Amino acid sequence: MKYNYKTEINAAGREVLVEINGEKHIPFKGVNKHKPTGRKAAPPIRSCIDYPWDGDKRVESIKEALKKAGIRDGMTISTHHHLRNGDYVANMVFDAAAELGVKNLRWFPSASFPIHAPIIKHLESGVIHHIEGSMNGPLGDFTSRGKMKGTAILRSHGGRYQAVQDGEVHIDIAVISAPCADPFGNANGLYGPAACGLLGFALADSQYADYVIVVTDNLVPFPCIPWQIQGNYVDYVVEVESIGDPSKIVSGTTQLTKSPDRLLIAEMAAQFALEAGIVKNGFSFQAGAGGTSLAFAVFLRDIMKKNNIKARFVRGGSTKYLTEMLEEGLTDYILDGQTFDLEGVRSMRENPNHQDTSPFTSYNFHGKGNFASMVDVVVLGATEVDVNFNANVVTHSDGRLLHGIGGWQNCLYGKTVILPIPLFRDRIPVIVDEVTTLVGPGELIDVIVTERGIAINPRRKDLINAVKGTNLPIRSIEELKEEAEKICGGKPKKPKLGEKIVAAIKWVDGTVIDVVRQVLD
Amino acid sequence: MSIKTSEAGNKGDKIRSDCWVSLKVGDGIKGVNLNLESKVKVLYGDSIKDLIFDMMKFFGIEDVEIEMIDTGALPFVIMARIEAAIKRLGLDKGKKYLPSWEYEFKRSERDRFRRSRLYLPGDQPKFFLNAAIHKPDGLILDLEDSVAPPAKDAARILVRNALRSIDFKGAERMVRINQLPLGYEDLEEVIPQKVDLILIPKVEFPEQIKEIDRKVDEILKENPDTFDPYYMPIIESAAGVMNAYSIAKASKRIVALAIGLEDYTADIGTQRTNEGRESFFARSMLVNAAKAAGIQAIDTVFSDVNDMEGLRESVIEAKSLGFDGKGCIHPRQIRVIHEAFAPTEKEIEKAKKIVLAFEEAERKGLGVVSLGSKMIDPPVVKRALRTINLALKEGLINENWRDEQ
Repeated sequence: MKYNYKTEINAAGREVLVEINGEKHIPFKGVNKHKPTGRKAAPPIRSCIDYPWDGDKRVESIKEALKKAGIRDGMTISTHHHLRNGDYVANMVFDAAAELGVKNLRWFPSASFPIHAPIIKHLESGVIHHIEGSMNGPLGDFTSRGKMKGTAILRSHGGRYQAVQDGEVHIDIAVISAPCADPFGNANGLYGPAACGLLGFALADSQYADYVIVVTDNLVPFPCIPWQIQGNYVDYVVEVESIGDPSKIVSGTTQLTKSPDRLLIAEMAAQFALEAGIVKNGFSFQAGAGGTSLAFAVFLRDIMKKNNIKARFVRGGSTKYLTEMLEEGLTDYILDGQTFDLEGVRSMRENPNHQDTSPFTSYNFHGKGNFASMVDVVVLGATEVDVNFNANVVTHSDGRLLHGIGGWQNCLYGKTVILPIPLFRDRIPVIVDEVTTLVGPGELIDVIVTERGIAINPRRKDLINAVKGTNLPIRSIEELKEEAEKICGGKPKKPKLGEKIVAAIKWVDGTVIDVVRQVLD
Repeated sequence: MSIKTSEAGNKGDKIRSDCWVSLKVGDGIKGVNLNLESKVKVLYGDSIKDLIFDMMKFFGIEDVEIEMIDTGALPFVIMARIEAAIKRLGLDKGKKYLPSWEYEFKRSERDRFRRSRLYLPGDQPKFFLNAAIHKPDGLILDLEDSVAPPAKDAARILVRNALRSIDFKGAERMVRINQLPLGYEDLEEVIPQKVDLILIPKVEFPEQIKEIDRKVDEILKENPDTFDPYYMPIIESAAGVMNAYSIAKASKRIVALAIGLEDYTADIGTQRTNEGRESFFARSMLVNAAKAAGIQAIDTVFSDVNDMEGLRESVIEAKSLGFDGKGCIHPRQIRVIHEAFAPTEKEIEKAKKIVLAFEEAERKGLGVVSLGSKMIDPPVVKRALRTINLALKEGLINENWRDEQ
């Protein structure tokens, strides 16, 4: 089959779409080269006289709420991933939409998880036209095989806020799952059986969508405090039996990886940060809950204790390890973007220095600054890195969509960005000649830490000089790539991909940095 | 002729970096038919196919049905699995499909440091690939207790291939063989692969060592380019403990005696405790036998991989008893062992003084070394030099420490 795509070669040398699902898009121009102008998008004017004076906005079901919000063909419906792989709400929303007989919806989730596999039937039946969000697990597979009607668009958390603010995406109906809410629509993630910590991913949607529906399984009398989501933005409140499976929302306790190789890589990354002079009093770092990233924080904790160093703030996903650091006085603040275990939720509830954040504070391109660029050291994962330090986080080396972007692209703005990654996974080299999909431009990626050596981006002469004379195993990225290929038994073949473009990857400013093509079986 | 089948390798959800292969030959099977399922099919499918066809050609197998489930096995693993399956069918004709040497290996020094030696189960290739990055003094590819009896033949081929293909990054290349007579087959396969050291399990009498010596001599005659291996007998019984000295003296190839306490405590009819009173005699006996024979004494493994403090204490105790090394079963144990064996500041200071006095005496051509009014015997000097080397290796002092005195 031939496709008549309108494409252009962007500043990164990638052939990208300039028209996606009938809408115009701008090719990537280079880092910090694109700056939309004009005025921000805005929701319609509403007046309090149209809302119940007693503040009770309850309606009996999601279906009823969608109907009242005027759901119709072609609309954009958003949901959020703070309930992660335990989320029931997104599936309930599209089941209701299907019952109402609407078609060609655009699903605009902040991320999707394997629990959303039932969405596939709505993609097949035409209820949903395409997804703009992340696709992994069964949805990633479905999309990669070219089965989705429209073209998917993947954005970072910050890019999602940007797209809503500059009008690239207009949300018709936002459905916010709330572990705790009152009948007015005030909501938070701190209390209730589905407590998840914070609701920051839904903030933009609450402010910019035409209609906002809050769905909860833990309705409290007004006022629900704190109001992470303000009821003044909310149209309807729906009570359901359960919004999610608590065991899959947060883990009881986060376990540190047991993999000796990952631990070693994380330890090397922490040691690098120390020896490069980054870890010093008043510094800041970003840590996730992923295996190596969490282990980095744990090794950093040891280093900080040993050297009597205290951080000003830690940004990122919180776990019991971070809350312990807060309680031990190793950091003044946690600026929490996503809470991963019950200890994290408890700490956020009890400790005023454990602050919830949102993509607006941390990542938003149209903010007057954001936190990401103020962080001293950031550790992130990647599926592939190439010899120009470009990195891929969304596709597997065989071209299959695997992960969402999350805050990954936004975090690249940190002062020093370290990717602690293995040189190869099973037989798959991680350092390659050219990434399958470009998600992060190499000029923002500073250090690659592998179990067989550390490569510093030649642009970072300051870091190269800072670690001169240390025992760190500094090597060139080409050397690391060659070693990976030697171990894996030669250069890997490039995947043969189809003509069909199944997804577009956005940069943080809304431009198209790359596209993903169909995987052939 | 009816249909004959064989299989080798591992498959299943938890298997990584390995493959499973089945071969079918006999009536009605014509040509080489391959059904390949691989995690890396897109990236390496063609090269895997080429390898399999080349192997069939090498062994002269023209009619065969091959099924392979690959979870990201490296080429040397695929080669070993296929060779094992061919051997199980009796179609190998005595030939071996050897991977080419990927790295250069230097013979290890007889009295090198052997503080840590990491056991790797010989039939689980996923553990082989990254073991060396954790920098143990020695890596043991184990063919004995960690390999189930039905997998012994396949593990032997896998270990042979690993010795040719993996970068040991300076770790001493060790193999633990099975008890005789199975151990003979192990020796035939691994001695030609430049193995540095053979761990010999359950040694009770010096005659066991002599039997191995005869076999090794034989293999060396046919393989002049390989290394003449060292031995590390493992003492795991009351009889072994009582004969420790004569065992230590049984061959010039022996560089260390190791103790295995699991079997030993069972043999004397007791159980292992953390305190270890039940094994104090055996451990002390082993240290004395080893030192009397001029070789190293290596302590048993510490089996609780989550208890790093317990490990540290156990190493400090072992060091105080005179042991030079400790076995380990998890890479995270290596660092702790090295730290615990590292000389203390006091030991380093004392060693520095002795070494300087020794060098002073040498410069002046004096026959005796003295420190103040004390005479220093050669073993003390030797010990001090070793302490300095260890301190250097651990980064506790730097190369020009003499200038800083």
